[in-house]
Amino acid sequence: MTVLLEARRVSKHFGGVQALKDVSLSINAGEIYGLIGPNGAGKTTFFNVLTGLYRRDGGEVVFGGTPLRLSSPHQVAQAGIARTFQNIRLFANMTALENVMVGRHLRTRAGVIGAVVRGRGTRAEEAAIRTRAQQLLHYVGIGDSANRVARHLSYGDQRRLEIARALATDPKLLALDEPAAGMNATETAALKTLIEGLRADGLTVLLIEHDVRLVMGLCDRVAVLDYGEKIAEDIPANVQQDPTVIGAYLGGAA
Amino acid sequence: MDILLQQIVNGLTLGSIYALVALGYTMVYGILGLINFAHGEVVMVGALSSLTVIRPLAASGLPGPVVMLIGLAFAALVCMALGFSIERVAYRPLRNAPRLAPLITAIGVSIVLQQLAMLIWGRSYHSVPELLPNDPHDFFGASITEVQIVIIVVAAATMAGLMLLVNRTRLGRAMRATAENPAIAGLMGVDANRVISMTFVIGSALAALAGVLISANYGIAHYHMGFILGLKAFTAAVLGGIGNLAGAMVGGILLGIIEALGAGYIGDLTGGVLGSSYQDVFAFFVLIVVLIFRPSGLMGEKVAERA
Amino acid sequence: MPNALRKPWVGIALIAAVLVVAPLAVGASLGNAWVRVLDFAALYVMLALGLNIVVGFAGLLDLGYIAFYAVGAYLYALLCSPHFGIHWPVWAVLPLGALVAGIFGVLLGAPTLRLRGDYLAIVTLGFGEIIRIFLNNLNTPVNITNGPQGIARIDPITLFGQPLSRPLEFLGVGFSGVMLYYYLFVVLALGIVFVGIRLQDSRIGRAWVAIREDEVAAKACGINTRNVKLLAFAMGASFGGISGGLFAGFQEFVSPESFSLLESVMVLCMVVLGGMGHIPGVILGGLLLTVLPEIFRQGAGPLQQALFGTVVLDPEALRMLLFGLALIAVMLYRPAGLWPEPRHRSEYKQ
Repeated sequence: MTVLLEARRVSKHFGGVQALKDVSLSINAGEIYGLIGPNGAGKTTFFNVLTGLYRRDGGEVVFGGTPLRLSSPHQVAQAGIARTFQNIRLFANMTALENVMVGRHLRTRAGVIGAVVRGRGTRAEEAAIRTRAQQLLHYVGIGDSANRVARHLSYGDQRRLEIARALATDPKLLALDEPAAGMNATETAALKTLIEGLRADGLTVLLIEHDVRLVMGLCDRVAVLDYGEKIAEDIPANVQQDPTVIGAYLGGAA
Repeated sequence: MDILLQQIVNGLTLGSIYALVALGYTMVYGILGLINFAHGEVVMVGALSSLTVIRPLAASGLPGPVVMLIGLAFAALVCMALGFSIERVAYRPLRNAPRLAPLITAIGVSIVLQQLAMLIWGRSYHSVPELLPNDPHDFFGASITEVQIVIIVVAAATMAGLMLLVNRTRLGRAMRATAENPAIAGLMGVDANRVISMTFVIGSALAALAGVLISANYGIAHYHMGFILGLKAFTAAVLGGIGNLAGAMVGGILLGIIEALGAGYIGDLTGGVLGSSYQDVFAFFVLIVVLIFRPSGLMGEKVAERA
Repeated sequence: MPNALRKPWVGIALIAAVLVVAPLAVGASLGNAWVRVLDFAALYVMLALGLNIVVGFAGLLDLGYIAFYAVGAYLYALLCSPHFGIHWPVWAVLPLGALVAGIFGVLLGAPTLRLRGDYLAIVTLGFGEIIRIFLNNLNTPVNITNGPQGIARIDPITLFGQPLSRPLEFLGVGFSGVMLYYYLFVVLALGIVFVGIRLQDSRIGRAWVAIREDEVAAKACGINTRNVKLLAFAMGASFGGISGGLFAGFQEFVSPESFSLLESVMVLCMVVLGGMGHIPGVILGGLLLTVLPEIFRQGAGPLQQALFGTVVLDPEALRMLLFGLALIAVMLYRPAGLWPEPRHRSEYKQ
């Protein structure tokens, strides 16, 4: 079991508020790792610090054996961590296909000269981008909507599209921020299948979720944040029994 | 040393005017997130319309200050009506449009106002009759005229009045609430539209005052005077922290002093290479530097970006 | 519509025919002054297309774009006139103008492109004004730009030994200087259109749109937004620089007056009113905003004479007034522009 991502004593504060305090956790390659906790516990803040949207104030992150320096989001993506957003951030006026094609940006090279001259190399690259994007759309289950403008897609399809776009960056770790938010039971079940499929294909998944049943049924391991601190990190069954966690959050549900 | 004090006096005068205009920018930006490009032109309209009243009255024998007050009252009425209409006609319908639209509209309003002014008052530079005695008084080796004293004092008093309004009255509370969060303010019974209108009206009244004062200071008024003034006042607002009233005042005065000192010393600083005709460049330079290195301004708060 | 007219190449052939014949037709019927208007229209279309890359594709609001035009123009003026006594060939100066303008674009963009929309607008506005002020004042202590008087007697553009300012006979047809310039400008404009279309449908073009739509998401997708934005800025600037050089050679005179904020606003309006990001719309915007004011300028005086017996209102002020009103009206009623990209139209429906 190799460790893919290790966070060591990560801290972040906003003015007087300590949003993250010495959070240390490690994610193994090929597992589905859940991050849960009450509202305001710091889960999305952790995501944002991890993916470079916020600058961390302390601690370090080691990914695939290499430390992730104070990186900007695009460097994090280049290193192999892709993410989705709590409030779905698609390119609303681009088609679904184009959205995913944008995801291929960092693994392709054509620049201005290539764009204007459009020689054989560029044309081949464009065709490859298009094909891969189409494949990914099929993979997440919205292959038929390739040419529909993103903001016209249903909510569930938009979430899938965001995942497809993140997958287009060829990540090693996929970080999903509340992917099941606003979904009903059927959609959640389909999402569960999709994520399990990702694990089967060798991807590591980190996910924030509030849907306890989904987390317990899906995740190999779970970490619990409360008030910016990690209060548990274990397999779901144990976390469910942990009195600290119950006290903070779970309250005996499920 | 005399030059330094003199330039500071000049800068304080100019800066007081910048502060008055900057308040208008900062109030509108705080509530709507919009740069009211047309605000400088409202100042110009204030100056020119006050002149329309002042010129006939000045010959009538009424005491200077009285004529000025009448001119100011007239200008204030005109500008307040103007500000109100601009908001209603050009900005309100675009409240929910993408950012670019109100900006372009504001530019359009600015152009319309300039051209209307040119059509109404002509292209020439209008001289302002001397209504206040312009004798210089000695001030620790520098000279300060009564006009300058009036400008500084009146501007300061007005700004104090505005702070009182914003911090101690119901309307002021409503304005601050709407600036923070219009939706919640609405839930508390604040009529956002009315508050926004009042913001424009108050800002325009200040603009009228600034117009009267600046034309008294320089002795001329001109249809193109609003453009550069507006830009500099906006710079002052940004310098102090856009959205922050005290910041606008501090920014205005500071910018006035920087500009005066710069114009006075630039010859020495650059060994004669650059002359005082580069004065306007200072404001732009300050603007660029502030926006790059400290976009929240001197007194603004840093805004974290949320994912 | 008859089947023959549906084929795309028929449309292209038609447009080509119109483009070729236009100056001759206009010249014969309305005179060379109106051919000159066509020349300016082509120049402004080039400018608008350059700005379109910045504003339309990448969504960066530049209110000082004319500064790059000025850089290109003055560079040409300095290198091809009696001012310094240097007379470089046009094929060297134009690319150099593009390069220098591009460098200015990078210099301006590097520190400022991370600013939010309206702040970027003001900063670029300030930059444009700074350039103009420097052009106006760099005549002491060393006379570089000759100040407000500008630089005159600039060499006209010369191609294959033929200065385009002199008339030419070709295939039995007489072409005046302005007509020759027209053909040059149209060819170059078409080149810029071609580059624009290619860019739009490319990896870089998609990255620009992504940034415009949601910069945070674009970063998360691995796009180095800073560099990509700089690229848009630099490209737009270099197109402006080329256009500036052409302008200097065409007009044979430059002065700071031609590069005011109003010009920047004009070009911006061509892009925004025409249809931001939509190349045909931008071309339309460029044409309308060059030709219509000219028609107005020629007609307003005589019209007022005919109606009122005298010129009541200054035609110049009227022209600008109508322009300002048009800006407001278009933003209120058709904020996506007159000819927006089809999928954007619904985005702006109120």
